[in-house]
Amino acid sequence: MNQHLKMDKKEADVIGNMAQGVIGTGAPRRDGPLKVTGQAKYSAEIGDGTEAVGVFVRATIARGRVTGMDRDAARKMPGVLSVIDDARLLRNPAQGTSNAAPVQDPSEVAYFGQPIALVVAETFEQARHAAQSLKVQYDAQDAVTDPSDSRAEMEHPEAKQTEQGDVATAMAAAEFTVDSTYTTQAQNSAAMEPHASIAQWDGDKLTLHGSYQMLKYNRNELADSLGIDPENVRVLAPYVGGGFGSKLGISPEAVGAAIAAKELGRAVRVVMTRPQVFEATMRRSETRQRLRLAADSEGRLTAIDHHASVSNLPGEAFSEPVAMATHFLYAGKNRKYSHEIARIHRTCSGSMRAPGEAVGMLALENAMDELAHTSGIDPVELRLRNIPEVHPENGKEYSSRRFADCLRDGAERFGWSARNATPGQVREGEWLIGLGVASAARGNILQESQARVILHADGSATVETDMTDIGTGTYTILGQIAAEMLGLPLDAVTVRLGDTEFPPAAGSGGSWGASSAGSAVFLACQKLRQSIADMLDTDPSELTLQDGVVTSANRQQPLADLLNEDLTTIGHIEPGETSKSLAHAGFGAHFAEVAVNSVTGETRVRRMLGVFSAGRILNQQTATSQCHGGMIFGIGAALTEDMVHDKRDGHVVNHNLAEYHVPVNLDVPQLDVLFLEERDESANPLQSKGVGELGISGAGAAITNAIFNASGVRVRDYPATLDRVLPGLPAD
Amino acid sequence: MRDFDYARAETRADATSHSGAGAQIIAGGTNLLDLMKLEVMSPDKVVDINRLDLHKITPTDEGGLRIGALVSNSDVAAHETVRRDYEVLSRALLSGATGQLRNKATTGGNLLQRTRCPYFYDTAMPCNKRVPGTGCQAKEGFNRILAILGTSEHCIATHPSDMAVAMMALGAVVEIENAEGETRNVPLDDFYCLPGDRPDVESVLEPGDLITAVVLPEPLDGTHIYRKVRDRSSYAFALVSVAAVIHVVDGRIATAALAFGGLAPKPWRNAEVEQALIGNAPSDDLFGKAADILLADAKGYGANDFKIPLARRTLKAVLRQATETAQ
Amino acid sequence: MTLKTTLTINGKDRVVDADPRTSLLDALRHHLDLTGTKKGCDHGQCGACTVIVNGRRINSCLTLACMHDGDEITTIEGLGTPEQMSAMQDAFVRHDGFQCGYCTAGQICSATAMLDEARDGWPSNVSDTLDGDVTLSEAEISERMSGNLCRCSAYPGIVNAIRDVAEGGSK
Repeated sequence: MNQHLKMDKKEADVIGNMAQGVIGTGAPRRDGPLKVTGQAKYSAEIGDGTEAVGVFVRATIARGRVTGMDRDAARKMPGVLSVIDDARLLRNPAQGTSNAAPVQDPSEVAYFGQPIALVVAETFEQARHAAQSLKVQYDAQDAVTDPSDSRAEMEHPEAKQTEQGDVATAMAAAEFTVDSTYTTQAQNSAAMEPHASIAQWDGDKLTLHGSYQMLKYNRNELADSLGIDPENVRVLAPYVGGGFGSKLGISPEAVGAAIAAKELGRAVRVVMTRPQVFEATMRRSETRQRLRLAADSEGRLTAIDHHASVSNLPGEAFSEPVAMATHFLYAGKNRKYSHEIARIHRTCSGSMRAPGEAVGMLALENAMDELAHTSGIDPVELRLRNIPEVHPENGKEYSSRRFADCLRDGAERFGWSARNATPGQVREGEWLIGLGVASAARGNILQESQARVILHADGSATVETDMTDIGTGTYTILGQIAAEMLGLPLDAVTVRLGDTEFPPAAGSGGSWGASSAGSAVFLACQKLRQSIADMLDTDPSELTLQDGVVTSANRQQPLADLLNEDLTTIGHIEPGETSKSLAHAGFGAHFAEVAVNSVTGETRVRRMLGVFSAGRILNQQTATSQCHGGMIFGIGAALTEDMVHDKRDGHVVNHNLAEYHVPVNLDVPQLDVLFLEERDESANPLQSKGVGELGISGAGAAITNAIFNASGVRVRDYPATLDRVLPGLPAD
Repeated sequence: MRDFDYARAETRADATSHSGAGAQIIAGGTNLLDLMKLEVMSPDKVVDINRLDLHKITPTDEGGLRIGALVSNSDVAAHETVRRDYEVLSRALLSGATGQLRNKATTGGNLLQRTRCPYFYDTAMPCNKRVPGTGCQAKEGFNRILAILGTSEHCIATHPSDMAVAMMALGAVVEIENAEGETRNVPLDDFYCLPGDRPDVESVLEPGDLITAVVLPEPLDGTHIYRKVRDRSSYAFALVSVAAVIHVVDGRIATAALAFGGLAPKPWRNAEVEQALIGNAPSDDLFGKAADILLADAKGYGANDFKIPLARRTLKAVLRQATETAQ
Repeated sequence: MTLKTTLTINGKDRVVDADPRTSLLDALRHHLDLTGTKKGCDHGQCGACTVIVNGRRINSCLTLACMHDGDEITTIEGLGTPEQMSAMQDAFVRHDGFQCGYCTAGQICSATAMLDEARDGWPSNVSDTLDGDVTLSEAEISERMSGNLCRCSAYPGIVNAIRDVAEGGSK
């Protein structure tokens, strides 16, 4: 009994006509009590204490071949069970949604810090020391590790070099132009839970408890890595300690644990150390971006040229899609894009929260601020003037878009009119105060998803899908959707996630999780409503389901009385024509107030507002928290986060949380988040959009624009640490 | 982490007799265990001194304060006398690390913190401090947090402590007991060694030595300021820090005690800077001269060049603030 | 070689017989099945492992289990249960002071002990004066909680939750 929907046309609102009233409210997290009491078990915590423990050994060259390792000496160390350098071990994690094994065979070293062997021992203490002691011989090769090295091989993918119109002519004819180059540094997702897996075999069947975001892909990636049938692999991730992209694809520790567990015939736990998370899981690529803007005397854009240089390991398919939002955010007849990838020997780059927008919008929104300053047009007004009617490149309509309202309402709410347009004018003691604005935009995507909903004979319900909750609120939101559709109190719905035994969902990534998995739950519930209606010989639209009571025509009865047995359905959503015929994105505006210390160049964010239009908000509280999270990632990107690679060998210099500075509590003021009322009929039957990545898109640019307004210092090299601000400050 | 013998010292004699070559004393352990996990330090024996009676803060006959080596950073910072009479020390401690770390870190241990130089911390990198004679990767590498004063061709590490910077300004003395039970008192300025050609030798401590206390002299009159400049608003090491106790009498600087963090392999004090200030009326010119003296020999290594203007600006601002409030 | 250590954890005497290299954190997680305490960095750089030892919050990753013979340790499991949450745990749920939940045990242990520090008049780096009169403003809470990283960035909710409890909020 299934309900399938391909999103080929607009879908009328159904949720809005339901009676329960739990959608949209800030229902507290269902998993909250377990998490705040330490009872939610994460991947490394599943074992019974008898599992063996594996610790990785890292390559200490940037490129070359492992020619030998002193396995015998390591094997003789106390407690050591095995030294594994199996050719199936991963060089780096799989890219998100790749669905297949990434590059394997760790004996070929492609970057400094690559895992090259796994030492397994009875205890963590024994394994760690043995791993640290393992002597490895290499045949080292010359390696290009810096993208600015003239020897770096530069790749120019054809599809990403495009021009519409004639940018050069438009630049020459423009009243106002901007031509600036910006750089952003490599970043790490730095989820608080390091990558962790426990593997156990039962004959040919592998069970892996792993900290992953997208289980249906991870299962196939793991099976492919091991050369086994995916049917024999079960992956569980009921609780995931943050992902932000770093746990999209299967990672070295899962494959290492699986190989070791098979060899030893017992469960094996492998947790990456924090330095290994920095060195051997995905990084966000550094970027170099040149932005050219041309505008007429009214500030209307006549040309946009966005050039991006990024890097990755040779052969990796992913490259940071920097210009993503530039394509659709602003009008302008003449448009040009170029993209180059430096093939270098550094930690693999992949998706980190809002790949593309997170860095591309820093440059674009800084350039818009520069244009505002040059033209003397208010930055909010400048953006309003450049909102296109339709997608400026392909002429598609937007599915829904309250972009202008975000800018206008935000300006009003933030007190934007009080901003002094001349930089460096507002002072409080040593501190220079400034305001900045930036737009937010992030493409909205629907992905195929399935979910099972069981309506139990007692009137309660269970939702099952392999969807994950990485902090996004999935447990709560899917429960809310089922409760709303079936007219049940939230407590009457149990949500079970993170197990490949359950129907496959899209997974957490690309901000598509809630809408995609949620639509599958919605569809399953729609079918259940049909079943209930059938029992009463009526139409589902005639049903009112609320608090476990069915009302139809003038009859009212407890839902449980109607049910003789459990009813089970699977909802199945697929993207369809609407995703092709329309332009889909969430929009918003960020406003920031900063204080820049005129002595030291230190910047503090004093206030920040994000206004977003993102379709129906399924849970006010978790959506707000997601936007807080994105905005704080923006604070980190703007001010502190810089994963430093040594120019000589590419090794990650600051591979720890003491020197890779994610924002601390004191770096973050109370943040204001406002969602505008919006429904997107073409996005999915819930009429919702993703918010997890919208909050970061543009956020950092609002801060650096505010730094300019405060101090007159235009920082074009991120992050805006004090040494980058200092040279532009008034003399001491 | 290499295996080690664990010994719990019940008496000082226990501690000193156990802590010969190859042994490490452990108190708070917040830095030692960090380094042992990475095998940057690999002692054969770890001597736990937490049961020793070194947890007290007591007044001295000279009007100063004796801080037992095991008093936690939190307890020093919160101690009533320290807050009242040695505000710069309280402030320095509170600017360092976090609530959790300050609860565990001890006075003696804080003095002995190792550098945060990333090449020292990574055993795959050559480092003269960790393995003498292997070379220094930091000079030509990523040296943004490293030293501009007191360096040598062999090492440009910085000392990471905030507490020790304030203690340096206050003229603290380190009380040390050796295996023979003899006590010696070493002024903090003499306690630390500059790297020279032996960057692995960081202090005058010998095997078997036990820091028993830090003794602060009589309180200094004047305005106490500890200003720390860093990359995050909290939980980050100093890029530059200034500890200052400045006393202005009748419009002139009567006494000045200054020490600097983030600039050098040890908490940095330069008497000439203080001499240049003393006896003069506060002015921007005067502060500029003091900064000139402080930074006369400063040498940047690329990524840390900014520390030279930053130190200058921060010192001037601190002096401005100290003399403004005093006037 | 192993060492026997007796710890009083959440009011119960527990014996750990482990390699002397075992951190208090690993002893809790892998010897005593108290996995509520989390390992985020293992180097005192994130605060996820915060527990309360003899009334004080510390990083359990940067101390050896064998150094705590006879010590009183409170972990997240000792503060409350899902059915009977402590005031702080309850406030974290109500104010959405977490998302993924991995830093949460450390945040809550830290916050719980931090309130005692404030009550004892301990100043912080953002205190205007050192005179011991502590009002837990937003900035005071943020500074005192800056030893607990949250990458999901639930800081606004964390501050609100703590403020709620500090001001004697519900429960």
